[in-house]
Amino acid sequence: MADSRIITIDGLVKKFPMGGGWFTALSDISLEFGTGEFAGFVGPSGSGKTTVLNIIGSLDSPSEGEVIVMDKSIGELSHGEAAKLRNRHLGFIFQTYNLLPVYTVYENVEFPLLLLNMSPRARKKAVLEALEWVGLTDKIKSRPAQLSGGQCQRVAIARAMVKKPVLVLADEPTANLDADNSHHILETMETLNRELKTTFIFATHDHKVIRYLKRKISLEDGRVVKDEIVKAKRKVKE
Amino acid sequence: MIRFLFKGLIRDRSRSFFPILTVTAGVMLTVVFHAWLGGVLSDIVRTSATFTTGHVKVMSRSYAEEQAQVPNDLALLGVGQLMSDLEEAFPDMIWTSRITFGGLLDIPDSTGETRSQGPVMGMGISLLDASKGDVDRMGIREAVTAGSIPAHPGEILISDELAGKLKVEPGEQATFIGSTMYGSITFYNFVIAGTVHFGIMAMDRGAIIADIEDVRTALNMEDGAGEILGYFKSGVYDDKAARAVVNRFQDIYGSAGGDFDPVMATLREQEGLEQYLAMAENMSGVLVTMFIVAMSLVLWNAGLIGGLRRYGEIGVRLAIGESKSHVYRTMMLESLLIGLIGSCIGIGIGLAISFYLQTHGINFGAFTRGSSMMISNYIYARVLPETYYIGLIPGLFSTLLGAGLAGIGIYKRQTAQLFKELEV
Ligand SMILES: Nc1ncnc2c1ncn2[C@@H]1O[C@H](COP(=O)(O)OP(=O)(O)OP(=O)(O)O)[C@@H](O)[C@H]1O
Ligand SMILES: [Mg+2]
Repeated sequence: MADSRIITIDGLVKKFPMGGGWFTALSDISLEFGTGEFAGFVGPSGSGKTTVLNIIGSLDSPSEGEVIVMDKSIGELSHGEAAKLRNRHLGFIFQTYNLLPVYTVYENVEFPLLLLNMSPRARKKAVLEALEWVGLTDKIKSRPAQLSGGQCQRVAIARAMVKKPVLVLADEPTANLDADNSHHILETMETLNRELKTTFIFATHDHKVIRYLKRKISLEDGRVVKDEIVKAKRKVKE
Repeated sequence: MIRFLFKGLIRDRSRSFFPILTVTAGVMLTVVFHAWLGGVLSDIVRTSATFTTGHVKVMSRSYAEEQAQVPNDLALLGVGQLMSDLEEAFPDMIWTSRITFGGLLDIPDSTGETRSQGPVMGMGISLLDASKGDVDRMGIREAVTAGSIPAHPGEILISDELAGKLKVEPGEQATFIGSTMYGSITFYNFVIAGTVHFGIMAMDRGAIIADIEDVRTALNMEDGAGEILGYFKSGVYDDKAARAVVNRFQDIYGSAGGDFDPVMATLREQEGLEQYLAMAENMSGVLVTMFIVAMSLVLWNAGLIGGLRRYGEIGVRLAIGESKSHVYRTMMLESLLIGLIGSCIGIGIGLAISFYLQTHGINFGAFTRGSSMMISNYIYARVLPETYYIGLIPGLFSTLLGAGLAGIGIYKRQTAQLFKELEV
C-alpha cells in the first residue's frame, strides 16, 4: 500500500527532564511510513502517542535516534527550517480544534495559504475547494463560536488540508465529538486519503477512530508493542 | 498578511481596546504636561524678565552679591554715562535703569497725623519716559484698576491690595519713609495717581511703583541706579544671545575689577533661575521616561495576559508553519499599530486640552500666595513645536517595549510546550 517512504523513524528516544533526572517518554522506536497510509498510534494515556506525533510534526525534537520526514532529519532542523517543513508539507488537526476565534471560517482556512504567499485567486479557489470537501461552503462567513463542535473540527480539517499537504497529523481529533460527528469526520478524512493520497497519522485511544485505521501501532510506556495492518471495519452503526 | 492581522486586531477588542486606551491616556498626559510645563516656564521667564531680571542685568559687583537685601548703598553711580555707553555698544537692546527699595508708606489724615501705615516694596522705573518701554512691557496700563497712570513727577501707583489695606484712594497723599543711599532717613511726599493689580502675587502684595527720577531724589541717588536692565527688542528671551551680550560686556569692561564696577548677568544666571529652569526641563524628560516605564509595564502585563491567552493562537500559527521570528515580528507590528493609533488619539486629545489651557489658564494664585516667585496667578499652557510629537516617544516606545517583553515568552518556550498550554 505504501508507494514511497515519507517517514523513517530509527531508534527514536525521547526524554523529558523531570525532577533531577530524566523521564523516558519514548524508547527505541523504529518505524517507517509510506505515502497514502491511514495509520494511527493507539495506547493508553501517557503511552507517548502525542509525543511521537509532535516529533514527526517537528514541533519537538528527538533526544536520541533519527526521525526523517520528507528527507529532512527532524533533530537537525533549525526553528526556521522546521517551520518551513510544517508550512509546506504538514497539516495538523487537534483535539481542541484550535481555530482562531476572531476570524471567520473562510479566514481560518485561508490562513495557511497566506504564509505560502499564494495569489488571492489561487487562495480563494483552494479555500472554497477545501470547504467543499468538508461540506461547509454555507458557513463561510460564520465565526467558530457560531459552529458546533463537529463543524469546528471540519473547519480544522479543511485548514489542515487546504494546502494539500503530504502528511496530516491528527491528535485525538474526535475526543470532543459525539459518535455521529466522529464518523462523519473520519469518513471525510478517509475520502481525502483515498482521493488525494494524503498520508494520515492519528494518535488516539478512541475506538471509533481505531475502527477506521488501516494500520494500528500500539504503544505502551513509550515502546511499540504491536504494529499491525488491519482491514478497516466500516460503516458500523453504534 | 498585514490586512489579516489588522482584521484580528479590530475584531478582538481586548487585544486593541485596552492597550489603545492605556497608550492614549499616557500620551495625552504627556502632551498636556509638556504644554503645561512650557506655559509655566515661559511665564516664569517672561514675568521675571519684565519685573526683576531683564534679559540681562547690570549691577555693581557688590550689589550683585547681596542683591536679596536690595543694598542701595552699593548701587551703581554714573549711570547716565554707563547707559549711553551700553546703548552705543548694544544698539539692538533696550536699556532701562531701575531702583528697587523698601520702606514704609504713611497715609496722613487732614491734620497731618498718621492715618494708616504699612511696609512697602518700591520700584523706581521709567514711568514718565515712554522710550524705555517699561510701562508697556509691564502692562501697567492694563493693570490700573482705579485712578490713572502717573503723568507728572511725584505721582505713584500702589497695588490694589495695599490701597485696600491702607484705605487710600487715588488722588490722596502718601509719605514714603525710608533711608537714603547714604543711610540717613528720608521722607518723600507722593500723590497716589492710581492703583494696580498685576495678577502676580509678588507684585500685588505691597508694591509701589514710582518714576525713577523721583526715587533718585527721594533716596539721594543722583545719577545712580540699583540695576540696569537690558531687553532684546524682540521682547523674547534668547539664552544664547543673552550669553553673547554678557561676553561682549565682559570684553569691554573686563571681568575682574573693584566692588563698584559693573557686572552683567543673563536672566538665567539670576535668582536661581538657572537651576530652576534646568530642573523644569529635566522634569519633562523624567516624566516622559516615567510614562514609558509605567506604560511599558502595563502594556507588558496586558501583552502577557493577552499573550498567554494567545498562546493557543500562536501555537496554531507555529504548527501551520509560521516561524517564531515571524510570529514575534507580527506581534511587534501589532503593537506598533496600537502604539500609533493610541498616540494619535492621545496627541489629539492632549493638544485639544493644551490649546484650551493655552487660552483659558488656571488660577494658581492660592499656591503662589506668600511666595516671592515671579509667576502669574493665572497660568496658561503653551503648545510648543515639540508638544506635537513628544507624545509619540512614550506612545511608541512603551508599546514596543511591552510587546517585546511579552513576546520573549514565545522564544523561551519549546514549540511543543506552547501546544501543551493550548491543549489544556
Ligand atoms: N514536556 C514534558 N515534560 C515532561 N514529561 C512529559 C512532557 N510531555 C509528555 N511527558 C510525559 O511523557 C509521557 C507521554 O506523554 P504523551 O502526551 O505523549 O502521552 P499520550 O499517549 O499522548 O497520552 P494521552 O492519551 O493522555 O494524550 C507522559 O507520561 C507524560 O507525562
Ligand atoms: Mg496525547
